[in-house]
Amino acid sequence: MAKYRSVRDLDWPLLVTTLVICALGILQIYSATRGTRWDDAWWRQALWVVAGFIVLWIASTIDYHTLVGHAFVFYLLSLGLLVLVLLVGKQVFGSRRWIGYGSFHLQVSEFVKIVLILLIARYMTELKSDRLEASDLWKLAGLVLVPMLLVMRQPDLGTALTYLPILGAGVLFAGLRWRYLVVIALVVALVLPLSWHFLKDYQKARLESFLDPSQDPQGSGYQVIQSKIAAGSGGMWGKGVTRGSQTQLQFLPVPHTDFIFSAFAEEHGFVGVVVMLGLYFVLLMQMVQNAQTAPDRAGLYVCMGVCALLLFHILVNIGMVVGRMPVTGIPLPLMSYGGSNILSFFLMLGLVNNVRLWRFVT
Amino acid sequence: MSFPIEPEPGDQRVVSQRVVRDDTKFTSGKLAFFQYLAVAVFLFLISGFWNLQVRNPELYSEQAERNRIKSLPVLAPRGKILDRDGRVIVDNHASISLILSRENLKEQHLHTIATGLNLDYSRLVTRLAQFSSRPKYVPIIIKHELTPAELSFVEAHRDPESLPEMELIRAQRRLYPQNGVAAHVIGYVGEVSETELNSPEFIKYDQGNVVGKAGIERQYNDVLIGVDGQRQVVVNNRGREMQVLGFKEAIPGKNLQLTLDLDLQVVAELGMEGRKGAVVALDPRNGEVLAMVSTPAYDPNKFASRIRAEDWRELVNNPDIPLLNRAIQAQLAPGSTFKPLVALAGLETGTIDDNFKIYCRGGASFYGRYFKCWVKGGHGTVELHKGLVQSCDVFFYNVGNRVGIDQLAHYAQEAGFGKKTGIDLPHEAEGVVPSSEWKMKNFRQKWYAGETISVAIGQGALTVTPLQLAYAMGGLAVGGVWYRPHLVRDPDRNDPPRIAKIDPANAAKVVSGMYGVVNEGGTGVRARLPGISVCGKTGSAQLASNELLKAGKLGQNMKDNAWFVGFAPCESPEIVVAALYENAEHGYLAAPIVRDVIKAYFDKKARATRSQMLAELKRAAPQLGPAPPTP
Repeated sequence: MAKYRSVRDLDWPLLVTTLVICALGILQIYSATRGTRWDDAWWRQALWVVAGFIVLWIASTIDYHTLVGHAFVFYLLSLGLLVLVLLVGKQVFGSRRWIGYGSFHLQVSEFVKIVLILLIARYMTELKSDRLEASDLWKLAGLVLVPMLLVMRQPDLGTALTYLPILGAGVLFAGLRWRYLVVIALVVALVLPLSWHFLKDYQKARLESFLDPSQDPQGSGYQVIQSKIAAGSGGMWGKGVTRGSQTQLQFLPVPHTDFIFSAFAEEHGFVGVVVMLGLYFVLLMQMVQNAQTAPDRAGLYVCMGVCALLLFHILVNIGMVVGRMPVTGIPLPLMSYGGSNILSFFLMLGLVNNVRLWRFVT
Repeated sequence: MSFPIEPEPGDQRVVSQRVVRDDTKFTSGKLAFFQYLAVAVFLFLISGFWNLQVRNPELYSEQAERNRIKSLPVLAPRGKILDRDGRVIVDNHASISLILSRENLKEQHLHTIATGLNLDYSRLVTRLAQFSSRPKYVPIIIKHELTPAELSFVEAHRDPESLPEMELIRAQRRLYPQNGVAAHVIGYVGEVSETELNSPEFIKYDQGNVVGKAGIERQYNDVLIGVDGQRQVVVNNRGREMQVLGFKEAIPGKNLQLTLDLDLQVVAELGMEGRKGAVVALDPRNGEVLAMVSTPAYDPNKFASRIRAEDWRELVNNPDIPLLNRAIQAQLAPGSTFKPLVALAGLETGTIDDNFKIYCRGGASFYGRYFKCWVKGGHGTVELHKGLVQSCDVFFYNVGNRVGIDQLAHYAQEAGFGKKTGIDLPHEAEGVVPSSEWKMKNFRQKWYAGETISVAIGQGALTVTPLQLAYAMGGLAVGGVWYRPHLVRDPDRNDPPRIAKIDPANAAKVVSGMYGVVNEGGTGVRARLPGISVCGKTGSAQLASNELLKAGKLGQNMKDNAWFVGFAPCESPEIVVAALYENAEHGYLAAPIVRDVIKAYFDKKARATRSQMLAELKRAAPQLGPAPPTP
């Protein structure tokens, strides 16, 4: 064990906040899956959280400089795994996302996020100038685009999109010329309408129903409408744990995974929502603080990559719950049921702590 | 500030910033930007929840309630219809009906629904259009009596993604007797039609309600119908019921006990099998209808749900008019069955007495026209008794001529002809009793005395229904007391009879003549029953002149209608039966039908008396038996 590190130096506010969010998540999973075939999910989730803390501990002990240094190896490894997923992955609901053996399956695309965070941190630390040049942009875009395309092939557009804020955070902190920003904005504006033709039918339907949920109240719009009904009917104080009719009677789709915040809002009301969002905000601000105190650029990029990713997840997932974002099917970090989701975010929290432990070392 | 042994985190930050300042200082503005971005994102999200949870919670609560709470009608079963002995005539059977909730109905689903339920798509659309004025939360029944295949179709499509607008409910459907037994009395039920909804009778019902459309079902609809209940259930997203929130029980319709005797009804039905006509049996002592048959009948079960168009067309276009209840709606000339009333009119007005005799040569001339008697050779000397027994036309021409049309009409009306008897069935016909006043009113013409001659033998403009005939003769037989005919037994019934001022001696003379008709070699010998004194009168009413018939210009439809009205026992009548056998040609052919019904009545009475006697004997038996041996 290295001498720089002690348990006391870990980011305890961050860990306690994480634990509270996870605990409330487990309670919500319990409430939402009561009497369904998922009714042991809360217990599994609790085990994942315990495993997550162990992973966090491990991730905080390995020097993040070592991890950043081997980022390209991890990158190639994860590309290989993504290809493997497409070849032999387990197919669920028409998409291949999982790889594993027996009853143990991991969603590789979740862990690719970490690899990309490390990769971008590595790339940015090696920049000599204060600003990104066009060539840097091309290289970075290419590096992120390859895993994105592989994940979109699964198909899993939602997870693929989560790779963008990592890149975005990196580019923001590395610095960018204004004209590049304008060019990027123009390219995006041109590519978006074109990309419509490459979307799957269900993806188009999701986008259409996002724009007007009432068009298709029984199909894709159904989820958004039911989610809004669930949240709205919760009112100021909520209906109480296990008392939400939308959740308990399964009008709410997947109330323990993607729409867990909707179920939470129904049962805990606006007050519960504010408390929960407050917890996430504390988490984010702790990360920003860790970025501020990071000993070097690599640590800062790692912290802010995690931070941007978390913010993006919160925006897209909870925005979807209130009908302000399209249904993309990305989970809410730390709350949504799922081992890969929990483990990958605990790994990231481990990295943030890792950076924190290095702050006194020059 | 002094440093404690364990420094505060804030202090540490100060230290660390100093250490790494050079490398990360360039980002501080960007970190602040990111923090503002995070605050913006959180405000964006919180404002979303503010909109949903704080500004419009009622809106979404209501939607959540509607999502999970379904209101389903609980259909009240109609009351059963029983005969006088409590035997079930009309029963219900359990079935499953399909209702369509229109709140979340999607037009494009209708095709699939119509196909899966074997419904005609365009008719389903028409049906939905009919309900467009009703509130959307009122579900409509689109199919009754689902088959197992249709049930599994519904079960397979209940999830929100396929056809969640379908819902199954239990329903009690009408089960009517087979072969149309008592069909016209009972009537049938059906969905209230749009025109009916605008009539005062059905004003309180709504589109889709099943109501009585004819017969007892219609007359006593309010008693039979019951009140539908409602069930509020919590359903999950698969439409499965999770919990019952509210339950307003359906109030079943009340059972209705008829005065009808199934035994007599069946005998009368058998008597009319394959024939066209009607039979009515009454108890003249209280007006209870014991049997009422009209043939040809129809199968009311075909109406039980919505009748098929082709079945309806067949019923309506049938030349024998099966939907007509001939017992109360056929208005036909009574023929010679009218003669007892002519005799009564003669006696009561003092026009004739015991010494009044005429000579019948087989016909007679009145007002320049020759009127034939039905017996070519004539009856010779005829007084009242013989006139009735032999049904001598010439005798009654003379009586009628002397009494005059207005007195004839008076006594005919006194007996109940020319107006509704007031039986508890819809659409009873009145018949016609012609008089000088009637002719002036309807034809603006003076009555010609010659017309009276035809009326005196029950022809001419005179028409009666079979019920009126039974009613009239029954009242006459009990000495001029007419009880309103009725089909429903009510112990509290208080309907005083109509009593006419008739000399009992005169009535007795007419009854004596009618006894002779059956028992003294008269025209009604076929109605004779050993051991029972049956009185009666035959009648054969012409529909067209005999000349036309002989010329063969008309078919069977123009053959004479046969009538017979009889009652028994003569001295204190308990049953009066009128039978109409259309196009039978010979009047006496209706007599056996009446005889069988009267026989069935007395056979049943004897059986009842015997079993009662046996029961009494059994009760008395221990005392009659040998004394138990003493130890």
